[in-house]
Amino acid sequence: MPPLAISVQDLSKIYGDQTAVSHATFDVPLGSVCGFVGPNGSGKTTTIRMLLGLITPSGGSGKVLGEDIGSPEKYLSKVGAMIEGPAFYPMLSGRENLKVLADLGGFSHSRVDVLLEKVGLGQRGNSKFKTYSLGMKQRLGIAAALLPNPQLLILDEPTNGLDPSGIQEIRELIKELADGGTSVFVSSHILAELEMISEYLVMLRKGKVLFSGRTQELLGRQKAITTVKPEYLVDLNKLVEMAKNFGYEPVVENGAVQIPVGPEFGATFNRAAFEAGITLSSISTQQPTLEETFFEMTGE
Amino acid sequence: MFNVVKAELRKMKRPSLTLVTFSIVAALSTLFTSLIFLRLGTSSNRPRGREMVQSVASMSKSDGGYYSFSLMGLFIGLIALTVFASQSSNEYTYGTLRNLLVRQPSRMKLLAGKFLAMTIFSALLTLVAAAVNISLSYLESSHGSVDTKLWMSSAAISGFLKTFGNMLLGTIGYGLVGMSLGIILKSPMSAISISLLWFMVLENILSAVLSSATKWLPGNALSAVSAGGAKIFSYQRGLVVSAVYLLIFGGAATVLFKRRDVAS
Repeated sequence: MPPLAISVQDLSKIYGDQTAVSHATFDVPLGSVCGFVGPNGSGKTTTIRMLLGLITPSGGSGKVLGEDIGSPEKYLSKVGAMIEGPAFYPMLSGRENLKVLADLGGFSHSRVDVLLEKVGLGQRGNSKFKTYSLGMKQRLGIAAALLPNPQLLILDEPTNGLDPSGIQEIRELIKELADGGTSVFVSSHILAELEMISEYLVMLRKGKVLFSGRTQELLGRQKAITTVKPEYLVDLNKLVEMAKNFGYEPVVENGAVQIPVGPEFGATFNRAAFEAGITLSSISTQQPTLEETFFEMTGE
Repeated sequence: MFNVVKAELRKMKRPSLTLVTFSIVAALSTLFTSLIFLRLGTSSNRPRGREMVQSVASMSKSDGGYYSFSLMGLFIGLIALTVFASQSSNEYTYGTLRNLLVRQPSRMKLLAGKFLAMTIFSALLTLVAAAVNISLSYLESSHGSVDTKLWMSSAAISGFLKTFGNMLLGTIGYGLVGMSLGIILKSPMSAISISLLWFMVLENILSAVLSSATKWLPGNALSAVSAGGAKIFSYQRGLVVSAVYLLIFGGAATVLFKRRDVAS
C-alpha cells in the first residue's frame, strides 16, 4: 500500500437523529490529487471539518499525514485548507488578513506577498476584504491555504465564484502543486474540472461513500456509447434491428442510433452495415463523463 | 501563545476599532474632568465621597490629579466589555474561527492568547483614560484655583498606581464577562445588548427593589473593584464576588470553546 495523505475508517458524525457522515472509509494516496464529490448535504464539508479537527467524530477513526485526527496539532502545520468558502475579517485588507494567519502559524510575512502575487491579488492586497468580489475572496482563501507551503492541501469548492479563466488558473495551480509533490484533496461541483485533474475520487451520497479509488476505475465501470449515423434516415430502423441482432439495446436519438458498447464494436458494426447496403456518415464512441457517472451513481 | 497574541493585536490595531474606542474613552475622560471642575464647590467642609461635586480643598489633595479618572471604572469597563464581546463572537459571525483553529489547533492556547491580547488592549484603554484625565485636570486646575502641589507627591503617585491597578482589574473583569458571553452566545449583538442591559438597567432596578441583592450583583462587585471599594461593597468582598462570577462565566465559556464543534 502506498503511503497515505488521508486514511479514514468507519468515520461517522451524528447530530441528534441526523446522520451527516455514516461509516465513511477511504484512502487518499500521498502526492495525488483526489476529488471529493457528492450532492449538497452529502457530508463532504462535515468530513473535511473532521479531518481538520474542527468537528469531533461520533465514531470511527482517521489519519492525516500519518497522524491521528484526534491530535490535529501534530499535522495541521503541514496542512493548508479552505473550508466552505473563504472567511476573513471584512474590515482588514487581504494582506492584513493573511498576516494575521501568518502570525498565528508562525510563517514569514514575506510569504504573504508571494502568495498574493501567485493568486493574482498583488494589486488589490491592500484593499479591504469586504470590497472583494466573490472570485477575489476565493483567491484569498486559496492564498491562505497555501501559507504553510502544505504537504496536504484541502480545498472545499475552490472554484466557486470564479470565471472560466479563474477556474483554469486554479486547475493549473493544483496541477503545479501536485507536480511539486503536494497532495490535494479537493471538493467541487464542477465535475468536469475534477475529471481533468483528479487521479483519485471519493464519492459521497447521504453521508455514505459510494466509491473511492482511481478515477479511471470509476469511469471504466460505466459503459461507453457508440453513436452510428446513417447517410439516409430511412436506414435508421435497419440499424436498430442490426444492433439488436448483436444483442444490444439501441436508442434512436437525433437521427442516430446509440448503442451501449465500446469502440471495439465500431469496425464490426461498420462492416455489417456495409454488407447490408447501408452507408454510415459517422461512427463515434463516447466514454461516459464523470458527471454522467455521478448522476447515475447518486441518482440525483 | 505569543503567536496568538501577535495575531490578535494585529486584528485589534485596525483604525476602525482603535480610533473609535480610544476616541470614546478620550471624550468620556474629557467630560468627566470638565464636569468635576465646572461643578467645583468652594466649601472645604464638603464630604469627600465618590461624587461629581468636589470642593477646591479636596481637589487640592494628593488624589486630586486623578480623581476624575477614578470615577470612570464602569464606563471603561463597559467599553472593554463591548470590545471583548465583539472580538470573540465575531469569529463565529464571520466564520473565521475555523481559519484560526487550522493554524492554531490548540483551543486553549488560542483562547488564552485572545484574552491576553484583549487585556493588553484594556491596559491601553485605561492608560489613555488616565492620561487624558490627569492632563485635563492640570489644565483646568488653574481656572478653579486648585493647588496642584500635592499631585506629584509620592503619596499621589502610589495612590494613582493603586487606582490604575484597580481600574485595570475591574476593566478586565468587565471584559471577561463580555468575552464569555460572546463565546457562549456566538453573536456580538446579543452579547453586547444583554450585558449592557444587565449592567446599566436591570442591576439598578434590582438594587432599588431588592436591597438584599445589592451585595451579590456582579456589576456592583466589579465597580467596587474598579473603585478600590465602595459604600455597599468593601474591596475584598468585591474581589471575591467578582471572582466567583468570572469563574462561572469564564468556566462555561472555556468548556464550550474547547468542546463545541466548529460547524459554521
